[in-house]
Amino acid sequence: MENKKKPLSSVLGIGELEPDNTGSSQVNVGAGERILSVAGGVLLLSSGLRRQSLGGFLTVAIGGYLFYRGASGNCLVNSAIGRNTTDSTDTTKALIEITKSLTVNKPREEVYAYWRKLENLPRFMYHLKEVQQLDDKRSHWVAQLADNKLAGALGTVEWDAQIITEVENEQLVWKSVDDAKIDNAGEVRFMDAPNGQGTEVHAVIQYRPPAGQLGGAIMKLFNPAFEQMIKQDLRRFKQLMETGEIATIKGQPSGRESEQEISQKPSLKYADADQQHESGML
Amino acid sequence: MKAVCYNGIGDLRTERVPDPSIINPKDAIIRVILSSVCGSDLHLLNGYVPTMREGDIIGHEFMGEVVEIGSEVKQLRKGDRVVVCSILGCGECQYCKDTNWSLCDNSNPHAWIPEKAYGDSPAGILGYSHAFGGYAGSHADYIRVPFADRGCFVIPEGLSDEAAVFASDAMPTGFMAADLADIQPGNIVAIWGCGGVGQMAIQSAFLLGASRVIAIDREPERLRMAKEISGAEILDFSKVDIHEALRELTGGRGPDRCIDCVGMEAVSEGLDYYYDKAKQYVRLESDRPIVLREAIMACRKGGTISIVGVYGGLIDSVPMGAAMNKALTFRMGQQHGQRYIPRLLEHLQKGELNSSFLLTHKMSLDAGMKGYDLFNKKETMRVVFAPGL
Repeated sequence: MENKKKPLSSVLGIGELEPDNTGSSQVNVGAGERILSVAGGVLLLSSGLRRQSLGGFLTVAIGGYLFYRGASGNCLVNSAIGRNTTDSTDTTKALIEITKSLTVNKPREEVYAYWRKLENLPRFMYHLKEVQQLDDKRSHWVAQLADNKLAGALGTVEWDAQIITEVENEQLVWKSVDDAKIDNAGEVRFMDAPNGQGTEVHAVIQYRPPAGQLGGAIMKLFNPAFEQMIKQDLRRFKQLMETGEIATIKGQPSGRESEQEISQKPSLKYADADQQHESGML
Repeated sequence: MKAVCYNGIGDLRTERVPDPSIINPKDAIIRVILSSVCGSDLHLLNGYVPTMREGDIIGHEFMGEVVEIGSEVKQLRKGDRVVVCSILGCGECQYCKDTNWSLCDNSNPHAWIPEKAYGDSPAGILGYSHAFGGYAGSHADYIRVPFADRGCFVIPEGLSDEAAVFASDAMPTGFMAADLADIQPGNIVAIWGCGGVGQMAIQSAFLLGASRVIAIDREPERLRMAKEISGAEILDFSKVDIHEALRELTGGRGPDRCIDCVGMEAVSEGLDYYYDKAKQYVRLESDRPIVLREAIMACRKGGTISIVGVYGGLIDSVPMGAAMNKALTFRMGQQHGQRYIPRLLEHLQKGELNSSFLLTHKMSLDAGMKGYDLFNKKETMRVVFAPGL
């Protein structure tokens, strides 16, 4: 990133770790080749989609792969034969960091315990669909990037993560493992706020965009929204811890709906509109 | 149900919309009996508070009857007659615990919008734009109230609906204005604006020990009420130079306490009014801080300025040099209603405060736009919608 200011993790002195660079964030196709790949892929896709035959199907399949190869900069053939047509340095530039600190007006043990039960996270992290604890240290994460074009391109995003440092009631550090679709790492610190005001939660999350440089460009487009989403997630954590519920207007009436479409429960249609409205105002 | 919906700047429509339902465990559904227009609703309607969406139900000052409660509501029962604080407080965050309810951390689901503009988010407000939560408002047959145990107050027997409705917003705002002004016995207090909040600020200032209250406005009817009902001395800014008049009336010292009950859409006669209006028109300035300037200049040295008139954004040419060199104290904020409402209901019951005179026009929801037009032109003190009509 071109931002000349220091990442906030260096201010907090926490979370100064980098996610492993594995799998899909590996770029092994050179820039020129990638542009050709994307262009060829698009051509093949569009012509293949117009033909309804086996040949058309194959064209779509090949076009789709070329598009992926160009867009991600990751060529399965290249990695199989150990060929790399790019400068290897440009993969680290794409590291994105999100920080958020907030104070939760509850005792530290309570705040930590709720967070440490990782299955709880999707209750307030709306970008997560599910977290399963596999054993004491390892967990499986499924993300849900609702109403996001990038999510459509990626399909479901799942990864395994491992806790690498844990100090009870104080600190949790984790990293994604193996071929995570989004390589990520993070750290959360829990500290007593002064004058009995509860617990300070400091979170740093770092991730590599899923598809190398071009992916990085796409990711930058979505980054304010994604960053906003993560920050909203943490705000919801505070709401849930302090009040036991999450403030929302989803499902309330407005003049945008007619009386026929009564929404007793939060309706998806309304939720979508609200989502669009929010991202439109970012 | 019927509801008055925002449809664009200066355009309200009474529409049929779905009934509200319980969404969170601490919600209650209130059948609205009376719902008043408020000066700050005009800021929404006139387009000075952005993030309104077409179809939003407006209104935030109301009383009614509890008809449904969520599983975590403990203090209320179906059938309770309640007045509801317009500003939502969760009761659990540090700000609510300190009784600074309008600074609640948890009641605004769109906290990120004001956070960008203000650095922090204040509490959610019912029917008051998406920056303040996007909650559906009270100009409707029914309304959903989150954190209902904290914001709904049972109205004592014998107190009329018409008196109690203003304990939702105008009274606590006016009372807070006087409370923040830190009035000492014998103080002379100047109050700009004789609308609902101004009238309540006048009465509250006396209740808190002011010896004299000087009220400033232009509308003859409002000035008459300020004098005859609330008991203030009055100044018409269209007829006298306010600064000179305040000096003369206070032995050359200036008022000890100055209260701004006007805010961003202030009107005046002078050059600086047209300066502000022009800048606001081209969106170079979001507010017209005429009253604020006047109050700073008029206030006695070492005095206090209390601001409850709503400001939205950035203002120009505030005489900071005067404020600093005169060692003024500034206090301000959206009302912490939950802190004041129980006490205000008692004052009403004992006859120490008088609020029902504010209700000058009662209308059905169908008259939504008409009511706001009357209010916008200041041809009425308060229009109150009665969905039952």
